Amino acid sequence: MKYGILVNEGPYQHQASDTAYQFAKAVLDKGHELYRVFFYHDGVNNGTRFAVPPQDDRKIAELWSQMAEAHGTDLVICIAAAQRRGLLDEGEAKRQGKDGNNIAPGFRISGLGQLIEAGIQCDRLVVFGD
Amino acid sequence: MSMLHTVNKSPFERNTLVSCLGHATAGSAILLIEDGVYGALEGTAHSDLLRGALADHSVYVLGPDLNARGMTDDQIIEGVSVVDYGGFVDLTEKHEKVQAWL
Repeated sequence: MKYGILVNEGPYQHQASDTAYQFAKAVLDKGHELYRVFFYHDGVNNGTRFAVPPQDDRKIAELWSQMAEAHGTDLVICIAAAQRRGLLDEGEAKRQGKDGNNIAPGFRISGLGQLIEAGIQCDRLVVFGD
Repeated sequence: MSMLHTVNKSPFERNTLVSCLGHATAGSAILLIEDGVYGALEGTAHSDLLRGALADHSVYVLGPDLNARGMTDDQIIEGVSVVDYGGFVDLTEKHEKVQAWL
């Protein structure tokens, strides 16, 4: 079965991103296809590689990146939500005249159309938020 | 069409469980996750609400979230089933739509 996941919260506001990650892992473990994970609203904060949590804390961005590397999971960050929160990839940094970018490996920045497409393409779209 | 409803707030904090139960059609399933697991506890002011729902719905609670809050399977209302994340995925597979009550 083909799954899409929507994450609406950042790693430090709510449990949503933890639940979404555990759910995504279980989807892959069961042999389903994880078509896309879309990060919206504060959920874009899942995708910064500049976060440095304490050693004994969980490292959500890293976990997502590892999932993308191991399974080719498409991790998409909403561009409008990302721009408001200072999350940029190389192209966006250049376009906006910023001096650097902070997107974590395996993530890409795109538009809401990617969420709509996931809703159409997937058998299930599961939402995690506050 | 059968639907899976996920509730992630404690009934002591918000009324999403009440709203969910008010809208869910008979035969649909309800999964309590995150702080929603408090709704599955036996012997609370909200226990009757969920016990009543068992007549029309199958009710599940996410075990890891229950355990993370210091609670065990023997503290929940009889008839509520405990699932893990794999069980969560199975429920989404079994039911055609998934509605998150945020």
